[in-house]
Amino acid sequence: MHELSIALSILDMAEEEAERRGGRIVAVHLKLGPLSGVVARALASAYEMAREGTPLDQAELVIEEVPIVAYCATCDVEHLPDAFDLRCPGCGAPTPTIRGGRELEIVALEIVS
Amino acid sequence: MTEQPRMVQVRQRVLKRNDVAAGMLRGRFHEAGVFVVSLVSSPGAGKTAFLERVLRGLHGPFRVAALVGDLATDNDARRLARSGAPVKQIVTGTVCHLDAEMVASALDGWTIDELDFLFLENVGNLVCPASFDLGESLRLVLFSVTEGEDKPLKYPTIFNTADVALITKTDMATAAEFDAQLAHQSIQSVRPGMEVFEVSAKTGAGVEEFLEFLRDRRAALRTYEPGEVVSKG
Repeated sequence: MHELSIALSILDMAEEEAERRGGRIVAVHLKLGPLSGVVARALASAYEMAREGTPLDQAELVIEEVPIVAYCATCDVEHLPDAFDLRCPGCGAPTPTIRGGRELEIVALEIVS
Repeated sequence: MTEQPRMVQVRQRVLKRNDVAAGMLRGRFHEAGVFVVSLVSSPGAGKTAFLERVLRGLHGPFRVAALVGDLATDNDARRLARSGAPVKQIVTGTVCHLDAEMVASALDGWTIDELDFLFLENVGNLVCPASFDLGESLRLVLFSVTEGEDKPLKYPTIFNTADVALITKTDMATAAEFDAQLAHQSIQSVRPGMEVFEVSAKTGAGVEEFLEFLRDRRAALRTYEPGEVVSKG
């Protein structure tokens, strides 16, 4: 359960941004990939708890879950596999090249002045 | 009157702090010429027993050391210290994984330039450690024959972030009715091309083969030019 420390990092980073830019944050937009090792639902609950009593206690966390994107060198195509089956749906070859799915990043903030 | 919120694009990695610390560690390790191996597994997969074998096998011809993470007790560090190698325990309290800053502070007082190999034994956990880069050169994921052949399918993320898989406690494979072929399939499905070793810390089976691999990998790393360190994808 490292989602709580992740939630605290998100709050810290968002607060710093808000201080720099001025204004109050009403929403934090996060991009999350399955290979980040972070579970969206656990993070959402941890965030709910962690934001209490902080300047972000009204700020919503909007999580956009993005898929794993694997690349098949044989077919020169990207595909969206399940985490547990990294094979090209076209040719069946193993596709170890991961081009997406590790994301754990704040992409945008909604701020009111 | 309520003001309409404005949308500000940010693009900041949440674990940037850890990633930066890990990048600095990786630079330090590279400069010191030390090959750093981290071990991750569920509790009880046999990380410490295996590491004891590895430390004993390398200590002497190589200068080796280990940092061991656990929520409580320094039992593992004391066990590993019997190999003669310097060992330090990182007691994480309630934290379920090591992070780069914990590793950096644990190195205080150590001269890593004098080391050839450094081992980082993570807290027993197949979930959280996946998110944290420790600046290691090689990440090993271990699972034992008693855990089921589909362990990699159940915890694909940690397997996908690791470089090498080790199947441990192979001396118990028959009793556990372990299907090695199925296990290898599971590993390849979540991390195609992953190198796998089958070992027993009890009998020593497979250990020398793995040590050979480690020595080769270290030798290969040493031939790189400074600054050529490749960070984890």
